[in-house]
Amino acid sequence: MNSEPILSVRKLEKRYGNFIGCTDVSFDVWPGEVIAIVGESGSGKTTLLNCISTRLERSSGEIRYRLRDRRFPDLAELSEAELRFLMRTDWGFVHQNPADGLRMRVSAGANVGERLMAVGDRNYGEIRRRASDWLERVEIAASRIDDMPVSFSGGMRQRLQIARNLVTHPRLIFMDEPTGGLDVSVQARVLDLLRMLVSDLGLSVIIVTHDLGVARLLSQRIIVMKSGRIVEQGLTDRVMDDPSHPYTQLLVASILEN
Amino acid sequence: MTNPSLPAYNFAYLDEQTKRMIRRAILKAIAVPGYQVPFASRDMPMPYGWGTGGVQVTASILGPDDVLKVIDQGADDTTNAVSIRAFFAKVADVATTTRTEDATIIQTRHRIPETPLAHGQIIVYQVPIPEPLRFLEPRETETRVMHALEEYGLVHVKLYEDIAQHGHIATTYAYPVKVEGRYVMDPSPIPKFDNPKMHHSPALQLFGAGREKRIYALPPFTDVVSLDFEDHPFTVQRFDCRCALCDAQDVYMDEVITDDRGGRMFVCSDTDHCETRRSEGCQGAGLPQHCTAKAGWEAAE
Amino acid sequence: MVTDNPSAVMHLPLLSVEDVSKSFTIHLRGGVRLPVVANVTFDVSSGECLVLGGPSGIGKSSILRMIFGNYAVDAGRILVRDRSSGDVADLASGDPRLVLSLRRDHIGYVSQFLRAIPRVSALDVVAEPLLARGVEHKLASNRAAAMLERLNLPPALFNLPPATFSGGEKQRVNIARGFMIEYPILLLDEPTASLDETNRDVVVGMIREKLIAGTAILGIFHDIPVREAVATKIIDVAAFSTREAA
Repeated sequence: MNSEPILSVRKLEKRYGNFIGCTDVSFDVWPGEVIAIVGESGSGKTTLLNCISTRLERSSGEIRYRLRDRRFPDLAELSEAELRFLMRTDWGFVHQNPADGLRMRVSAGANVGERLMAVGDRNYGEIRRRASDWLERVEIAASRIDDMPVSFSGGMRQRLQIARNLVTHPRLIFMDEPTGGLDVSVQARVLDLLRMLVSDLGLSVIIVTHDLGVARLLSQRIIVMKSGRIVEQGLTDRVMDDPSHPYTQLLVASILEN
Repeated sequence: MTNPSLPAYNFAYLDEQTKRMIRRAILKAIAVPGYQVPFASRDMPMPYGWGTGGVQVTASILGPDDVLKVIDQGADDTTNAVSIRAFFAKVADVATTTRTEDATIIQTRHRIPETPLAHGQIIVYQVPIPEPLRFLEPRETETRVMHALEEYGLVHVKLYEDIAQHGHIATTYAYPVKVEGRYVMDPSPIPKFDNPKMHHSPALQLFGAGREKRIYALPPFTDVVSLDFEDHPFTVQRFDCRCALCDAQDVYMDEVITDDRGGRMFVCSDTDHCETRRSEGCQGAGLPQHCTAKAGWEAAE
Repeated sequence: MVTDNPSAVMHLPLLSVEDVSKSFTIHLRGGVRLPVVANVTFDVSSGECLVLGGPSGIGKSSILRMIFGNYAVDAGRILVRDRSSGDVADLASGDPRLVLSLRRDHIGYVSQFLRAIPRVSALDVVAEPLLARGVEHKLASNRAAAMLERLNLPPALFNLPPATFSGGEKQRVNIARGFMIEYPILLLDEPTASLDETNRDVVVGMIREKLIAGTAILGIFHDIPVREAVATKIIDVAAFSTREAA
């Protein structure tokens, strides 16, 4: 097991004036690990995700990331060019609404190939071959490669967004309610796909969800947030089977039995 | 109140302060080839889209000794070209010409003359949309960052889409180029046929976008590379036919419909080039003809 | 603790539970505290099958869950010894990553109920522990199929997700999964509860094979014949219980 974290968050805080988005958040992510951040709407989980992924500027605290050359700088030390390069190579971001993460008016193939072209791939045939491979991996027929995402169903769009993120073999993926907008049957398929891809590719994932079932299925560790603070964190099955904080107990007690 | 001692217009219409402002923008544009320099575009006595950017650039660099040529789609005799030429003849009292080699400044819309440009000449392009990334990224804040950080993957996304949908790169005008290995630039809506003429041209090339308030430039002998894929290299369209008037080959042709029964002819788009050749005794087949240019286009791709 | 002599390690218990206690605090009921067990102490050595005895509700499953790291521990130590190096790790105080690594390399757990994952076939559920350890997909599938065949699961079910299976079928999938890997320590929570006699005997055979191979087994078996067939020692959890026996 790799003994160096890929991401380290310390005393992270985001304030909007007097209002606290999140505060006093500290945790590490190791390679190949899936961490779920759960909590109700307004608990600060999406704010936290956006701060870590530098989509939102933090107010204070540290966020360190392990680069491929093993340096471990605070993300604030990186230039905008370095950060953006990270975002399109080493990182992925899966949005709840696929339209936020896709180019809806270019073909599925180009959506997947964009990151390849962004890092300098200039062979059309090769880009297309890899796009086609990835479409099949996310269970989209290769014959749809030239169709626009606007003609895809919600589940297909979400799977396309996942393929688009994974084509450069990133090491860290951020996911914001990746199955939040989908029908239950479609959701199961996307979850199953995510589960397989994460373990096949050894990805580190930080996934924000309000659905404890999703957290249980995908994550090894869980962070429970309430009012911008972490109230409990630990092994996912332990936190869910033996929750200690009153809020976590309430959350777990609110799951429908199946 | 009018003062009869003052002329109705300053030389070349724009006031001197405005011209200095534009010249500063031009100098900056020359210093950073392909970079879009913002400038305070003025209202001109013509509507946006009719060449207000080119006219302001021309007005700012025009001197009393210059000889001006204005073309529109290669022709010296279309409304836009005639009006702009007349405009500067009136407000700057400069000499005008239709002959490419006699001009010191050539303002153009949609073409580069067939006659190779020479050292000392300046070509001014009228630009409707200066931003080559706009078709896929509408946010100006984002495209500027992309230029700053050389993130040009999107341009290839557009070319990829062309190949995916048409089997070849179907973009035939405003074909994106990379300048000196750095900035991706929209060459204005010239046919891609003309793209190779920009590469290492001995003339200074200036681009003015009036509505969008941007000026950019290619100093003489600048590297200008049309973007492509390794397995779909950049090619220009070729015409199988010859000009019906002057018999020229390997030039950009206009298709002219001559009747309502399918008669048509292909003629040089560059009227000066065509006239020069005819004055030298070249003569085409005349009209009507049934040229296979269409097939030639496809064969060239 | 590091021992130089590997043969000395062989005689030391693989699992030592020392003074472990557990209670639940139910905040939704005004913070009422429910004690479960206290001062739980026992060892399990290689080749030994220790059976937790006592009536329902006395805390047997809770003990297994604590040893698997599924329940937190209020006090005490759960020491897991590495069979070859002799190194000892305390799971009770370990962080999640230690628990995960112990689960990966040391402790297997067959729970009473299979937690089915939507859309994943029975074969893949069983093969998963092998796949997670880098075994090639085809080989892992073949071994999973062999294990399911041994447990008499109809081959027609192999490629279906277990969500719709009967209780006994689900349990056999669960057992197959738990027995795929040679864990030094195996925790069994009533693995034979919903099985018929034939399959019960298959499971008994499988447990015996594990014991011969040197696995340390800790189990709960309400089924008297099974218990008698596999137990090397029985301890009465009532001795540790802080509750009135139900």
